[in-house]
Amino acid sequence: MEDTDFLVMRGIRKSFDSTQALKGVDFRARLGEVHAIVGENGAGKSTLMKILAGALPRDSGEILIDGEPVLINSPDSAHRLGIRAVYQEFSLVPHLSIAENILMGQIPTGRVKWWVDWKRVNESAEEKLAEIGFTGLDVRSQVSRLSVSYQQMVEIAKAAVTKPRIWILDEPSAVLSQEELNRLFDLIQKLKQESTLILYISHRLDEVFEVADRITVLKDGELMGTVRPEEADENQLIKMMVGRTLGEFYPSRQRQPGEDILVVENISHKGTFEDISFALARGEILGVFGLVGSGRSQVAKCIFGADLITSGQIRLGENILRLKSPHDAVQAGIALLTEDRKRDGLVMSCSICDNGSLATMDLVSRWSILDIRHRDARVQGKVQELNIHPPQINRLVQQLSGGNQQKVVLAKWLLAEAKVLILDEPTRGVDIATKVEIYHIISDLAERGVGILLISSELPEILGMSDRVLVMRQGHLVGEFPRAQASEESLLACAAGVIQ
Amino acid sequence: MNNPPVEKPTLFANIINSLRGFFLVKNAGWQVAGSSRRRWVDYAFMAAFVILLLVAASMSDVFFTQRNISNILRQIVTNGLISLGMLVVILTGGIDLSVGPVVAFADIVVSGMIQNENLPLPVAVLIALAVGGLAGAFNGFMISRFKLQPFIVTLATLGAIRGLVYVYSETPITPQDPSFRTIFGSPLLGPFTLSVLIMLVAFWLGSLFLNRTTAGRAILAIGGNEEAVRLAGINVRQHILLAYIISGLCAATAGVLLASRLGIAQPSVGAGFELDAIAACVIGGAVLGGGGGSVIGTFGGVIILGLIDNLLNLFNVQAYYQQIFKGLIILFAVLARRKEK
Repeated sequence: MEDTDFLVMRGIRKSFDSTQALKGVDFRARLGEVHAIVGENGAGKSTLMKILAGALPRDSGEILIDGEPVLINSPDSAHRLGIRAVYQEFSLVPHLSIAENILMGQIPTGRVKWWVDWKRVNESAEEKLAEIGFTGLDVRSQVSRLSVSYQQMVEIAKAAVTKPRIWILDEPSAVLSQEELNRLFDLIQKLKQESTLILYISHRLDEVFEVADRITVLKDGELMGTVRPEEADENQLIKMMVGRTLGEFYPSRQRQPGEDILVVENISHKGTFEDISFALARGEILGVFGLVGSGRSQVAKCIFGADLITSGQIRLGENILRLKSPHDAVQAGIALLTEDRKRDGLVMSCSICDNGSLATMDLVSRWSILDIRHRDARVQGKVQELNIHPPQINRLVQQLSGGNQQKVVLAKWLLAEAKVLILDEPTRGVDIATKVEIYHIISDLAERGVGILLISSELPEILGMSDRVLVMRQGHLVGEFPRAQASEESLLACAAGVIQ
Repeated sequence: MNNPPVEKPTLFANIINSLRGFFLVKNAGWQVAGSSRRRWVDYAFMAAFVILLLVAASMSDVFFTQRNISNILRQIVTNGLISLGMLVVILTGGIDLSVGPVVAFADIVVSGMIQNENLPLPVAVLIALAVGGLAGAFNGFMISRFKLQPFIVTLATLGAIRGLVYVYSETPITPQDPSFRTIFGSPLLGPFTLSVLIMLVAFWLGSLFLNRTTAGRAILAIGGNEEAVRLAGINVRQHILLAYIISGLCAATAGVLLASRLGIAQPSVGAGFELDAIAACVIGGAVLGGGGGSVIGTFGGVIILGLIDNLLNLFNVQAYYQQIFKGLIILFAVLARRKEK
């Protein structure tokens, strides 16, 4: 059996900072099969595929293709071995045409080597697209003018026209409509018959069962097993993906949620979510679970005024909020910890002190002149309370570890003493010890009457922390579970659209 | 949450605190952002400064005369003020290419107001400053309101304001009022004239602004991560607008003092001034695109550029060689501060 495996990945390990993303994975796959890889967020699926595609270096382990050890240390070296990947993030050049994107790096030229032969560029792009069954596209149109789902199709085509031996599809369906999805499945069948190995990552289990010949389950950086679709059903698969016990990780809860503080009624944001209603009580931790692209972060941004709702109403206590900017939300007593601290949570080139006081400079100034000592004392107090290391407020945040950076963001919002705190992935990229600390901080805040909206794609976190859980799928609120009824299986099934 | 109780300080106590902090607390006032510790390049630039002085002392007997020192100081006032405003803009992640024509505009407006309109000096100066502030406000409005690129907006106003200057007066204006020259230009303390004192006070105020006011901290943070600042509930637009107004005001002040020093207002004055200002900021450690820079560094950059000009003049080096030499200094400055990666 072993000898027939075209691709063998043996003992693959990879760590990011202090977290182990892959703990020695042994993965095998054959030519001419569609091999699906499933697992929760953070299970290591994308990491494993990026290592195979040369986009990430591995810490240890070896890769064999056709029985031969191969060296993969860059996307380019993977390309030469016939490995092509389509990621969730686009790699197209938006202001160039479809043809140029597809032929990137091998643009046909005329007799003079540096003179682009546009006629041949378009013809050859059309030809290549026809070969994989993509017709009816105007290859001269600019990529940025296409809809997101069409861009994704171009992205898929770009990899497919190279006739790869190993074709990696990382969540290709997230932005595709049903019609385009069918087209993709046709293409997958076609390449499969030409004996290509197709590695298919998806959250949507129904899709996986439709397309895959074999399914491999990853959990917490370990391979849990490989099954045939006819051997298992969706519930068994979910069990394999989840199968974990919740320990003392999460603080115990004795609080009683009070009266409703934040009431959201039928809010919509064109194109991302629709008709969302819920209420959050004082002292309650309300979990929001959903897969990538379910619109949960957009809801958070709208409640915080960073995006504007197109309809509906948000109330804080008795008052109807008309949020035009985050400034209005902060004034009203709402805080948002964003999901990506580097992108929009921290000013990396500034100090702990500047970042910590950023939302509350009005409190420590008069006529816009800062009382430096007062500001420093407040930040220093939080730095000690949250155990930020090193406890020097003049340190630049870019010199801190991920966990401590996250605590600085928390400090910023704790100092603002918000009534409603929205936490979007508060423990992403944070080490275990800090995670536990953050859980206790969140729990303490709830004890003190702060209403907390906890958005997370980590099921254990949602289940361990929340009093109640909302589930979102494709821009809609599709489920509400009291804590007693929420389980990893039920939430995941609800979020993935599997009817139980 | 056991925050210390929020107690608004009185304005007076606040100002006293600020002043005390400025003089006593180490690093306060000068360290703005980018680095919490001094690196070797900072010492290298101090060393470069000392070496320049030593070379000058050993080779020229004119350099240390009061007359020459006074000359240097008066000459760096223009670039000093422009650079200070430029620094504030660079800290937001922007750039102001239109400072040269703004200098010319203030220069010719103040002279015109005195000579042609017979307005008293303070009124003429205020009008000139208002013109500069308006030019800056226009830049800032276009950039913050419509999210246009600062480079493009100020490139457009660079040409447009120069045009306005010529519309106002095609020919040079010479204010005959002798007090206009003497009030800014005659020595007050040793080599220090009022114009030099104005520049020094401006730098001091600039440092207070960036370190001790909410707007200053916000401006600094905007250059590091605009979206994070917006999501902290701060009005980003308003602060970007303010930065360009400050730049306009600084350039206008420079224009007024330049008119006073030269005694004649040329509509063509100020060509290339933006480059000297950007150079001073960069030599002083400012990061184009935002995320670092300091007032003291910029001041150092201004002095180094001024010294180079002066020394090369004393040694009768042709202007063309001066330009080459300055270019090399700027390249060296950015190379030395390049982050290793």
